[in-house]
Amino acid sequence: MTGAAPFEFVEGVTSDLCFVARGDSLPAVFAAAAAALLDATVEAPETLRETELRRLELSEPDLELLLLRFLNELVYLRDAHALLLRPRELRVEVAPGEARLVAELAGERVDPNRHRMASDVKAATAHGLSLVPEGAGFRATVTLDV
Amino acid sequence: MAAPAAIRRLGPCLWELGTDFRPGMRVPVRVFASQKLVAAMDDKVFEQAANVATLPGIVDASFCMPDAHWGYGFPIGGVAAMDVRSGVISPGGIGFDINCGMRLVRTDLSWPEVRPKLRELVDALAARVPAGVGCQGFVRIDRDGFREVLREGAPWAVRRGWGTPDDLARTEAGGCFAGADPDCVSERAVERGVRQIGTLGSGNHYLEIQVLHREGIFDAELARAFGLDLPDQVVIMFHCGSRGFGHQVATDYLHAFLRTRSGSPGLPVVDRELACAPFDSREGRDYYAAMCCAANMSFANRQVILHRIREVFSEVFHRGPEALGIRQVYDVAHNTAKVEEHGTGRARRTLLVHRKGATRALPPGHPELPPEYRETGQPVILGGSMETGSYVLAGVPSGAQAFFSTAHGSGRTMSRTRARKLVRGSELQERMASRGILVRSASLRGLAEEAGFAYKDVDDVAAATEEAGLSRRVAHLVPVGNVKG
Repeated sequence: MTGAAPFEFVEGVTSDLCFVARGDSLPAVFAAAAAALLDATVEAPETLRETELRRLELSEPDLELLLLRFLNELVYLRDAHALLLRPRELRVEVAPGEARLVAELAGERVDPNRHRMASDVKAATAHGLSLVPEGAGFRATVTLDV
Repeated sequence: MAAPAAIRRLGPCLWELGTDFRPGMRVPVRVFASQKLVAAMDDKVFEQAANVATLPGIVDASFCMPDAHWGYGFPIGGVAAMDVRSGVISPGGIGFDINCGMRLVRTDLSWPEVRPKLRELVDALAARVPAGVGCQGFVRIDRDGFREVLREGAPWAVRRGWGTPDDLARTEAGGCFAGADPDCVSERAVERGVRQIGTLGSGNHYLEIQVLHREGIFDAELARAFGLDLPDQVVIMFHCGSRGFGHQVATDYLHAFLRTRSGSPGLPVVDRELACAPFDSREGRDYYAAMCCAANMSFANRQVILHRIREVFSEVFHRGPEALGIRQVYDVAHNTAKVEEHGTGRARRTLLVHRKGATRALPPGHPELPPEYRETGQPVILGGSMETGSYVLAGVPSGAQAFFSTAHGSGRTMSRTRARKLVRGSELQERMASRGILVRSASLRGLAEEAGFAYKDVDDVAAATEEAGLSRRVAHLVPVGNVKG
């Protein structure tokens, strides 16, 4: 698992937020995408405490769907349980016809006194979704509906 | 930004891309827009509308309204009608915010009466109608109670005293889509929505106090019929949808359709966000039943918000809602798919009409209209940017060319990322205040994303809907106070 992972918001769908995330491994690019989602959701996400832990295990037919599902799980946890989470451990495995993810998530509940919320991300969309090799690592492109 | 070279002009506000524009198109693309608007549209609008034209069962054309802009899957401002037997249903043709819609409320109050109390009103509305990420409403119900909301829609709220039968008569479909089945909805969707009734949400959702000045009236007769007939009249407009519940319904079915297609690729894959299922299939019917639940949650949400607005105005002016002349003009959805009958005689067809960022606009005489609007046509609420104002339109007979659909707003011209680079939220808030628009926003970053310059000129859009024969202009409304999510 790598540390802070890079991402950038880019011009894209006019009504929504698009980002490109990069990582030198599959776990790193998944973590970078999660960081981008958190950045869209709350200002100064680096100040989040780690008082809540959750574990995720997901399986999808391919890596792009797995990334989409992973991000939408984080959206669900924020909206239904007021949890602002990021992965602290993440494993991604690929087999023929199946991609699997196991993640240990850490973060805290939304506290209106300390957190300045930014965008209410409705969902990660499948529009223009891609997860492709780039150099020695991977690049993911994702559009968030806000 | 440029329209494709292949586009042909068929009329002053009508353009067409033929089926030879790209492989697989079953019908042409038709764009309702002035030359100025079509020239300013993202090139992705045409590409996406052409993708929609490839979907099985689509009839007549893949339509773009004058406010069309680049969306995910379908363009925002897209309309596509599918044959109910051979066609598909697509979550991407409806949007994640199912039954995102507009409600307009008139009052007997004038701007000179309201101006001294504007700050008090806006602050009270911001406190009583929660907005922003993660906001929760005052309605406390358990999951079984929430499922009643999903079945009943706005009538559920009226039954509890949060509204009147007249509100329902002035709501699309009476505030309840038939066909809702809570068994088709996941527990996690219920979890997301159960505490969100009565909330605005975030993004481009807002609650606005507006003024109708004499010079804003385009059709005095229709305006009078809609209750918009007093000098400097104050009205309230708000824009919101089915909140996290609808978002989760769309997410659940998008994933389900994508998984199915990965295993059995029987349908064209031009954009994964166009994932769909035959409407006449178990998967298609289940999604439709779940989507109707979300539509009903949204109608109930807007009904409860109207109740809070009545409370706030009554408290601030020390008079009851009736004495203040607070009455709903109309509530209309702009993110839905509906089974509708179109055409007459042997040409009559039963169609599933997807409207994504497009508003139903029924003409005078349509049997689905309440008696109050049978002669006028349906009121249409066109929400502009928070800086430029909004419009009330009315449905017209020539709207049949696009299954009685028209625009839903201004339509964005630039991404949120770019808008944020061009203005700071605090700066925009001050600028609006200097122009007499008081804003309370849950997020300054979100405020910057909604700056007026990020949108098309709403005057151009409203005029284009009229010139295209989709709807007619009734009145232009000017914002004075805004609660933004």
